[in-house]
Amino acid sequence: MKGPRPFHRPLGRLRIDTEALQECRALATEISGPIVELASTHSTVSIERATLRLGGVEGALEDGVETVPLANRVVEAVGAAAGLERGVAVPFFHTVESGCGDVRTEAERIARREVTPEWPEGVDLEIALERARGEAAAALRRIEAAREDRERTIERIGDAPKPWFYEIVATGNIYEDIPQAQAAAREGCDIIAVIRSTGQSLLDYVPSGATTEGFAGTFATQENFRLMRSALDEVSEELGRYIRLTNYASGLCMPEIAAMAAVERLDMMLNDCMYGIIFRDINMQRTFVDQHFSRMIHSLAGIIINTGEDNYLTTASAIEAAHTVLASQLLNERLALAAGLPSEQMGLGHAFEIDPEEGDQITLELAHAQLIRECFPDSLLKYMPPTKHMTGNIFQGFLYDGLFNLVGALTGQDIILLGMMSEGVHTPFLSDRDLALENARYVFAGASSLAGELAFAPDGAVERRAAQVLEETRQMLRKVADIGMFAAIEAGMFADTVRSRTGGKGSDGVFSKGRGYVNPVAEELEMKVGVR
Amino acid sequence: MSTVIRPYGDETGDGAVQLSFTLPVAHGERARQAALALVRDMGFERIQIVHMKAMGTAHTFVIAYGATSHSVDLDTLEAPDRGHPELSYQEVNRLIQEKLKRRLVVVGACTGTDAHTVGLDAILSMKGFAGDKGLEYFPEIEVVNMGAQVTPDEIVSTTEKEAADAVLISQVVTQRDAHILHLKEVRDALVEAGQRDRLVLVGGGPRFDPAQAPELGYDRIFGRGTRPSEVASYLAWAVTEKMSE
Repeated sequence: MKGPRPFHRPLGRLRIDTEALQECRALATEISGPIVELASTHSTVSIERATLRLGGVEGALEDGVETVPLANRVVEAVGAAAGLERGVAVPFFHTVESGCGDVRTEAERIARREVTPEWPEGVDLEIALERARGEAAAALRRIEAAREDRERTIERIGDAPKPWFYEIVATGNIYEDIPQAQAAAREGCDIIAVIRSTGQSLLDYVPSGATTEGFAGTFATQENFRLMRSALDEVSEELGRYIRLTNYASGLCMPEIAAMAAVERLDMMLNDCMYGIIFRDINMQRTFVDQHFSRMIHSLAGIIINTGEDNYLTTASAIEAAHTVLASQLLNERLALAAGLPSEQMGLGHAFEIDPEEGDQITLELAHAQLIRECFPDSLLKYMPPTKHMTGNIFQGFLYDGLFNLVGALTGQDIILLGMMSEGVHTPFLSDRDLALENARYVFAGASSLAGELAFAPDGAVERRAAQVLEETRQMLRKVADIGMFAAIEAGMFADTVRSRTGGKGSDGVFSKGRGYVNPVAEELEMKVGVR
Repeated sequence: MSTVIRPYGDETGDGAVQLSFTLPVAHGERARQAALALVRDMGFERIQIVHMKAMGTAHTFVIAYGATSHSVDLDTLEAPDRGHPELSYQEVNRLIQEKLKRRLVVVGACTGTDAHTVGLDAILSMKGFAGDKGLEYFPEIEVVNMGAQVTPDEIVSTTEKEAADAVLISQVVTQRDAHILHLKEVRDALVEAGQRDRLVLVGGGPRFDPAQAPELGYDRIFGRGTRPSEVASYLAWAVTEKMSE
């Protein structure tokens, strides 16, 4: 369908200053050091809630978008009674063990304030620890089982050939999303992303149950995940091609959503080390600590993360800010590796966003896309279509999308988000989606072997531009390394946005681990993904 | 010269229009007949169905050309409503730079019991809403986002401290018209502090009707689906107008 030749990543097409790239990676490691340190010495309310969820504390006393889940209630109760510095796992499982023994029942009793969770001593502590570790081990086995299930399913019914075409559904109603997603898959789409309701990233809890109302998107809930994955399994069987499901492990509940996705066998998650800080004004410490935990989960679950560098180009000039994409990708890569996430599970983001009024802009796009391909030979690249310069001129927009597809084909981008000609006008019509697929199929099939033929002139426009972006990346990373990541964000070095270390949303949910802190899920994860 | 006009294809008065739409009918002759009948009922003549394509098993995409039988007399059109001009991103920044000669300061908050910052963040935050960047994205606008459940007194003191040019109050979830009450409380607090008249006061949320502005004592009320660029455009205009009053 996409072309007679198998997909491959064209590498070695640009001469790259490998020393500069090595220095960039070394700088990224240096910059990430304090963040990794922060993540190992701190926890957050959302990490504690994810730990409880994996231990079986799922759902709420009742379903609905407004209902605060049990996991939140338990964390609040432990915080009030015993403090959070030593984690919630021990006080919670002590309550379970000294109560009826059933996780859900005791969580409900805590939520109703019928029982107060306390820190146990002596043999009670041993009993609570044993239960907590047992539940953690069982939870991680469930995650591994989901991963194996995915691998077996793909082997049995067949994987989608690359590049993977990625489309979005966003009706707000999971029961509307499902037929749309299935229709998109039947039309030729390989990845379905369910956009979340506006504002979910700032909710400090994850709603429960199947939801039918949202603002410009559908709430991420465990039940919605389950429903959509099951619907896509059905259509994957029908098509003989595994359709991947994507959601967002971002915002204040990043670790919990990662845990839900792992258990429900989602395949990809948007997960960026800085997006929430810059674009959502979420506290930077909260974000950094949360992303580390969520990436360990993604690693174990075999989930491919998608990073959000494309966003830098929607808010700044795509030429002037080109190096911020590469700098951020290198940081995302380093922080992912530090959380045990291998390169093969990274989908690094970038975008085709140069102003079409700029001269030679297609050449520049080609240079940026090929540079990134060369820098990350083992990672997936997620290429985003033009949005910023899409106007109501749908005819011109259709052409931009075609050239975006061409640059994607020539540079071996793995994940192609399909550009809609009605971008910025309305949510896509059925026909907009179909035309977008027709456009992409035409270009990817028509240029399927061109990437393998293409070479760039030594010292030509593409090579010179790539070298310039790499050098600007090195300069930027040097500056960041000089003052440190926290100060760099405070100085507005990313996306010209100033965020303070203690400001932003969710800062009160970060705490430093005290003596005796126990989190059996994190401990076992660290061992399994090899970050200890 | 005649003021009666028709669309122009390649000849004056030809009325040429291109259309595209999807019908919930399987691809085939029946879909073609349906498309023709529909386009004829829309008032088109000399209809050509130039393209039809199946969209799945139950829908057909159609591209058609036709000549409209309708025309417009330019002289009968009413003059456009001169509320405030719609300014582009560059025009907003330029207007503030040229007239205000400093950054325009906006204080935004959700007040009352409502903990939903969805609307406030959609308008203020860098990310924005529906592909439209928020006020933080405008270099000439300084945003102070106070978040949710902020009291009227806190809004007044922040407004004074930041020397705000505009105050923006959002209400999303409401019961028994609490959103109206809450907006009035903020206005009253600003009046009492002697701040109301020197700044531009706007409110917004999905339950409001823009026509409610006078009764609430606000300069402008934004309803459901408002984009940040509309708010930016209004604020740049209203604040600079207020200055020249």
